Amino acid sequence: MNTQKYHIVVGLEVHVQLLTRTKLFCGCGTVFGAAPNSQTCPVCLGLPGSLPVMNRRAFELGLRAALALNCSIARFTKWDRKNYYYPDLPKNYQISQYDLPLGSEGWLEINTSQGIKRIGIIRCHLEEDAGKMLHDERGTGRDSLVDLNRTGTPLLEIVSKPELSSPEEARLYLEEMRLLMRELGVSDCEMQEGSLRCDANVNIRIPQAEGGGVLATPIVEIKNLNSFRFLEQAVRYEAQRQYEQWQKDPGYLLGKVSKATAGWDEASGRTVFQRRKEEAADYRYFPDPDLIPVIVDDAWLERIRGELGELPSAMRKRLGTQYGLSEYDVGVLMSLGRQTVAYFEETARVCQDAKAAVNWITNQVQATLKDRGGDLAELPLSAQRLGELIAKQKELGLNKQTAQAVYDKMLHEDLEVAAAIEALQIRVVTDTNAVVELVRAAIAANPKAVADYKKGKTAAANVLKGAVMRQTKGSVRADVVEAVLKEELERG
Amino acid sequence: MSRTQLTASQLLDQLHRGEVTAEAVADDFLRAIGDRNTLLQAFLHVDEDDILQQARQVDTRRRRSEPLGPLAGLPVAIKDVICTKGQPTTAGSKILANFRPPYDAHVVERLRAADAILLGKTNCDEFAMGSSNENSAYGPARNPWDPSRIPGGSSGGSAVAVAACLAPLALGTDTGGSVRQPAALCGIVGLKPSYGRVSRYGVLAYGSSLDQVGPMSHDVRDCALLLEAIAGHDPRDATCVDHPVPRYAQRLDEPFASLTIGLPREFFAEGLSSEVEQAVRAAVEVYRGHGATIREVSLPHSKYALATYYLVATAEASSNLARYDGAHFGHRSTDHRGLIDMYCKSRGQGFGAEVKRRVMLGTYALSSGYRDAYYLKALKVRRLIRDDFDRAFAECDVLLGPTSPTVAFSLGERVSDPLAMYLADIYTISGNLAGLCGISIPCGFSASGLPIGLQLLAAPLEEEKLLRVARLYERATDWHLRRPSLPS
Repeated sequence: MNTQKYHIVVGLEVHVQLLTRTKLFCGCGTVFGAAPNSQTCPVCLGLPGSLPVMNRRAFELGLRAALALNCSIARFTKWDRKNYYYPDLPKNYQISQYDLPLGSEGWLEINTSQGIKRIGIIRCHLEEDAGKMLHDERGTGRDSLVDLNRTGTPLLEIVSKPELSSPEEARLYLEEMRLLMRELGVSDCEMQEGSLRCDANVNIRIPQAEGGGVLATPIVEIKNLNSFRFLEQAVRYEAQRQYEQWQKDPGYLLGKVSKATAGWDEASGRTVFQRRKEEAADYRYFPDPDLIPVIVDDAWLERIRGELGELPSAMRKRLGTQYGLSEYDVGVLMSLGRQTVAYFEETARVCQDAKAAVNWITNQVQATLKDRGGDLAELPLSAQRLGELIAKQKELGLNKQTAQAVYDKMLHEDLEVAAAIEALQIRVVTDTNAVVELVRAAIAANPKAVADYKKGKTAAANVLKGAVMRQTKGSVRADVVEAVLKEELERG
Repeated sequence: MSRTQLTASQLLDQLHRGEVTAEAVADDFLRAIGDRNTLLQAFLHVDEDDILQQARQVDTRRRRSEPLGPLAGLPVAIKDVICTKGQPTTAGSKILANFRPPYDAHVVERLRAADAILLGKTNCDEFAMGSSNENSAYGPARNPWDPSRIPGGSSGGSAVAVAACLAPLALGTDTGGSVRQPAALCGIVGLKPSYGRVSRYGVLAYGSSLDQVGPMSHDVRDCALLLEAIAGHDPRDATCVDHPVPRYAQRLDEPFASLTIGLPREFFAEGLSSEVEQAVRAAVEVYRGHGATIREVSLPHSKYALATYYLVATAEASSNLARYDGAHFGHRSTDHRGLIDMYCKSRGQGFGAEVKRRVMLGTYALSSGYRDAYYLKALKVRRLIRDDFDRAFAECDVLLGPTSPTVAFSLGERVSDPLAMYLADIYTISGNLAGLCGISIPCGFSASGLPIGLQLLAAPLEEEKLLRVARLYERATDWHLRRPSLPS
């Protein structure tokens, strides 16, 4: 039985900027942060007589994303013009894909607290980005300026089904999307730079008392959410706001009140109403006569499929089953990227202890990378060597501090594990007779601890063990010391 | 005979043999322009210093025996919808009165590479929308055979420039007949290449799926020469086909082993003036006399061509012309309040009546609720029109008919009746809708001394055959040798 007052329904429209060197329909660069209007040409400026030519690379990145999102791929697609006037769009039409998106009917899996959930993708299509308006915000009525560097940058728009049912799920979806697009090399998904943008369509369903069915509120589209946190906060706020509005006004219902757009005000933590979409804007779509249709044949599609590699969802499952890792460990590893996963797999192969490998990589190795800067490829400690270190630690029963010292030595002096142990003069006492001598000496030197132990304070044994370990600077195996100590105390 | 009355081929021979310098040729044409342009208004912009400098450079290089392009020293007039770097490109519109593009159109690059002399920008209907040149914001060009009459349009200025011997060659653009119809009305040769034969890069778009740049000249050989120079693949135009360009001029006089000419029944129907029909029927007899098989064919969907054209072309135009908004280039009103008002006033002041009419027609045709019934239906009919031609070309080499239903009409005669005006293109527009190549050649004169044009159409990329068929007629006749007599 569900006691929630309402259920949240969210669909996300995500725009990712593709990682192409040049724009979608001309040869201009796509570098972020260049001087205003420095990355422009007659084509992206929309000068009279200029013509667009499709960037094949952009289309291929779109295909790659669509395949990874399990979409069916349009074998025949085309470019359409979406007509509207705005100064950041110098042609006053945007080249987009209207009725034949390159991908449709796919899905993305997210890892919720209730397990894996599949979120449907309605469509994904390519389009060109608009420029950026710089308005006079001091209100002195000065001219607005426009920077057309971004105009014509390739965007992939991915529209989900309204199947996200909580603010957390919305965030998880966007996080998973970012991970996927980064893993695929489709986009760098820098939200601060606008290469990942998100609009959320939100409404709620309110179950009625016995036989009353379910009521739904009108959809509100929250535009331009530029962080995961804002997305989650905005959805939560908006859902509650809709509930409260419905309580005040029972006529606030889907079908009675039209769709509206809102913005997110991060300062106040509220959604801010923008405008009601009384009727759908008429963009007068029609096929762009300057561009030819795109035919995706089997050979092309197979080549792109071959470039995909293992998708995150498959990798997530495999890491869990193959290495017996917890969902948490898999999540942490994968969030560190494909390179780290490969490093982990090699380490685990060598040391045959996946859990230990994860711990070393997520702790020591990450700390090292953070200190040194750079990435795994530049780390002098190979996965092979780390694996050997972990194996050696286990074999010799090295404690944490000693292993850390060996790790540091290997790292700084570029040594094999044996050489590092040698250099640190770590002698591991494996001779039980020698340990027996040391334990007896400790018992003799600590009568109080022995007396305590005999009175039943078994923790007192730790004092004795500590004394042995200190004396040997950790070069004896703690488990051996424990066993011998227990034997000697019981006997005495 | 004055040098300006020579054909381009004759001028090239003289230049090549060193009998005349490019500078002297340019000077002759500049003088002719100086004498007659005030009356004829063929040119909107002529940069004398620039032209003479181009010519001198060719002369210098010829003196040094440097390699020269195939059109070296030959002046070519350019329709003002074609971008020329740093030179005015107004499209016959007030909205671009001060626009100078920072780049050359592909065809202009090709002309420069061929060492042609860019002679100036010619008058045209605003944004190539019109059939009489009366839609130019700068006043209409006038027909040199009778300056009280229209020269046809939209490439009226280019046609007048060649016909009145102000230029030996000119480039026009043809979206629904805009090269062929003024060529017919001015008594010259005008060719519309197959869609995709010539790059549209740098040509101000009107109806993008129909527009083509075409050569205009005194005779078929000149036409072939100029086509050769501008045709071919350009990676900047996705609709430009990558197909080898034949040496059109070389094979012009090759005889046909067999030749079948189709006469579309629909091209000899109501509305065709009897003088034009007689001249065209006489041309058919010339071909028959040369052994051609004449066959009547039918293009049953051609009755829908005009309606289809005015939906497709205007729909595309409504979007193509959206960029002229005063925001980034071109005319911006000075008295606007806010963005929308700026758009409305800039466009309202900058565009003429016919452009506004077509933008509104096209906007309507694409609007939600009407799109299926108008724009999408028009695309389907367009396909049927193309199928008609495919069937006809399965049994005919070329199709023959009149270029225009009448000879040149008087200035002002049809300005208040847009539908009557639109009928001037009734025989030419289906060629654009089907992507064919077509040519208009002189085939006679009316009793009042006005030229009549013969239209030949061939299947896509069959320009070589089209030119040979045209040349066959030209060799047997002398209409193309006549020049209008004008007060100098």
